[in-house]
Amino acid sequence: MTSKQRQNWIIAVPVIALLLWSVIYPNVAVIVGSFENGLGYWREFIASPADREALRTSLVISVASVFASLAIGVPLAFLLGRFEFPGRRLLRAVATLPAALPPLVGVIAFLFLYGESGVVTRAIQRAFGMAEAPWRLQGVGAIVFVHAYTMYVYVFLFVSAGLERFDATLDEAASGLGASNLQRLRRVTLPLLMPAVAGSALLVFMNALGSFSAPYVFGGGLRVLSTQILASKTNGAMGLAYVETTVLALSAVAGLALFRWLERKRKYTLSSKGGRVRKTIRSRKIQILTTIFAAVVVVALVLPHLMVVLVSFARDGSWTTQVLPPEYTLENYRRLFSESELWRPIYNSVSMALIATAANLVVCFVAAYLIVFRRFSGRGLLELLVALPWAIPATAIALGLAATFNRNDPATARVLLVGTFWILPLAYFIRDIPLVASAVESSLRQMDASLEDAARGLGASWLMTMRRVIIPAARPGLVAGGLLAAVTAVGEFVASVVLYTHSNRPISMEILAQLRALAFGTAAAYSVLLIGLVLMMTLMARSFEERLA
Amino acid sequence: MTAAPRARSGENGGERGTLSLNGVTRRFGDYTAVDNVSFEVAAGELLALVGASGSGKTTTLRIAAGYETPDSGTVTLGGKDITRVPPERRGFGMVFQHYALFPHMPVEQNVAFGLEARGVNKVDRLVKARAALASVGLEGAGSRPIQSLSGGEQQRVALARAMVIEPQALLLDEPLSNLDPTLRQSTRDDLRAMLRRVGVPALFVTHDQEDAFAIADRIALLKKGKLLQCGTPEDLYYAPVSREVAAFIGRGSIVAAEDGGEKAKVTIGGVSRELAVTRPKDAASKIERAFVVLRPDALELSRGASVLAWRGRVTNRRFAGGMEVYRVELSDGVTVEVESNTANVHEDDAVSVSPLKGPFPLVPG
Repeated sequence: MTSKQRQNWIIAVPVIALLLWSVIYPNVAVIVGSFENGLGYWREFIASPADREALRTSLVISVASVFASLAIGVPLAFLLGRFEFPGRRLLRAVATLPAALPPLVGVIAFLFLYGESGVVTRAIQRAFGMAEAPWRLQGVGAIVFVHAYTMYVYVFLFVSAGLERFDATLDEAASGLGASNLQRLRRVTLPLLMPAVAGSALLVFMNALGSFSAPYVFGGGLRVLSTQILASKTNGAMGLAYVETTVLALSAVAGLALFRWLERKRKYTLSSKGGRVRKTIRSRKIQILTTIFAAVVVVALVLPHLMVVLVSFARDGSWTTQVLPPEYTLENYRRLFSESELWRPIYNSVSMALIATAANLVVCFVAAYLIVFRRFSGRGLLELLVALPWAIPATAIALGLAATFNRNDPATARVLLVGTFWILPLAYFIRDIPLVASAVESSLRQMDASLEDAARGLGASWLMTMRRVIIPAARPGLVAGGLLAAVTAVGEFVASVVLYTHSNRPISMEILAQLRALAFGTAAAYSVLLIGLVLMMTLMARSFEERLA
Repeated sequence: MTAAPRARSGENGGERGTLSLNGVTRRFGDYTAVDNVSFEVAAGELLALVGASGSGKTTTLRIAAGYETPDSGTVTLGGKDITRVPPERRGFGMVFQHYALFPHMPVEQNVAFGLEARGVNKVDRLVKARAALASVGLEGAGSRPIQSLSGGEQQRVALARAMVIEPQALLLDEPLSNLDPTLRQSTRDDLRAMLRRVGVPALFVTHDQEDAFAIADRIALLKKGKLLQCGTPEDLYYAPVSREVAAFIGRGSIVAAEDGGEKAKVTIGGVSRELAVTRPKDAASKIERAFVVLRPDALELSRGASVLAWRGRVTNRRFAGGMEVYRVELSDGVTVEVESNTANVHEDDAVSVSPLKGPFPLVPG
């Protein structure tokens, strides 16, 4: 037993040390930095009207995003989970599409569609003969609009899963006891779905709080915490940036703690026997209305993707005041692969993503193996370390790295990475730890723990057990987690915008630069490349997950 | 008495090939899972570890296999201390409860895994794996995926995998618990025959005493980590050493008795009967709080009241295939079960119950 404990620690110590160094240390450095001047920076933060406004706006946007996401996600989950109507399968297929948009790409698609010179805006303006655009895509409303589109997916997925596990006999029992439709919904269905609703609402809140892309692009003069951090850093007010980051990170971690607590508090599990039969809508009129509604939702969900694809064929500079771009060409794509300045970001993103993902696979495999199969006192710490980067907003992670790895100092375990190629792979690695670790964990949890015992009992060495038993069992998770991590890293924007340099600029920064140069076609072509990668890798990952199940 | 019928010679732990646990204790925090347990299994002998869940039988098996290290006590094989030898170097064959077959390898790779670990070359290990599969009646199944096997086939693959490494001992954790009842009956006989052939100590865990009776040469009965009794099935059934053993093994009512040496007096409802008894070994010449075990097959029942018999009322009757089993409530709060061919007795009938055949097991309380 003691030798096994020793072995646990020999494997665990390097991994825990690496995670402490990359995940915890930068954040601690930020917190320490915020007190560099005693309470000075904190006083400055509290006194600053800009920061107070940012904090308030962040909270308002987050709460509004939660309600908007619930308003879309819950009814959609009920409609798709409980009713049968023409077009249901198509709607189900595209319902999670917004999750496949890299953050910056979603924002750009909205700009092309609903921006001042966007297609929808112009079409309405023309149709009604208005002199000005009917709205401006700016401020809190615009940000919440984008958030609702991308984040309702959490609510939808959680509530759908809740409905799927919902035991149909409970409903039957309630109606057998004489409860009406409304009574059943109020007294049985909704209370049992509350954990799913609450959990997803909290997820949306945390995501909206840390969201960067939408406020950055649509904020106008609006301040939120995440953009304020970048502004302070750009202005050289690092002390203030540390305080802002601390506030943002701590509220997000508090959110994670609350989320975990909610999950644990769920006392009953819903178990279902077989599939529930969906009700076919009988009334012809309601059926038609439902189908029209479904069609509208499908179009609204697919439109951003289509728009990006369309614009990617638009000749740069040709689209000015027309509703749709007037000239189309394949030139944008050809240039991406032939002009070295445009090819460079693709090369950068792919190579940095591959490096980060390779590191993720090794570190997360060891961590997941220890978490699933080994009982030792460091396990709780390890679980916390791999989950934390999920809660900490990317802006906070990036600022931590900028504050920590800005000089060589072996005494404090600092290495100069800021301004080098390596800072972005490190940031991508940190951001993708939770994704890969949880994918590998879920693969390993499906493995019968006695397989490891069986292998050893048959005389296999530790290495042979790993190679022939554990790694094959982890493979579906490694593949699915690795693919998703790679694709997330290729499209990463939020940490990149804080840390990139000209020579290692990733695709997302180049999209932003092209957009500023009004080269919409080129920006869209990059975006389509990203969407294509996301879809391809997601499908591959899903097929591996299916093979796992 | 405790030596197995087939154990070839001697009873001491020094005999070549004998697996023995000596005063083994394993604690998990405050909880003592295995408490000072000792027994030995000779080469060619089958010992069943029997007990309810939580009795420590699986932990005992894992200690024998090397997956757990005891806090005190030793494990020896052929007299050699192997307490701290890790499982991968013990060379034991183990069959896990859910078989633990590697799901990503076809049948023959599973069976050949132990040989692969021993560096046997590919051709040799496949030949041996196929021979092992043939010996469990699975010729030609080598390339099948594990998922395509039935429960019984999986069990035999697991057995072949454990036997192909020519193990020093065979350990089986609930080998029959995942099989359906009809398959179980026939598998018991096959399993016993196969384990015999290997000729090494075989230790298996079961919560089912019928499995234990059918397969084992000897049974070690555990409760709350303590070894209650270790002996042949007949020993445990006819000569239990304690009330706890009597209550666990077989069916039967345990009623208070007056110990009179060869005989014991049982008084129910004012009617006393003298019963011939078997006494546990090492029992005191007179047991102060004594009990006898009244098994359903050792009692008889007749309609109506009889002066010399214990009188009672039938509370339940069930058909058990070829005979009836009656539950009879006697006086003084004693309830017994009686097997009988008398078919015309019904629930609520008044009946008389008397001892049919002895000797009856006498146990201290």
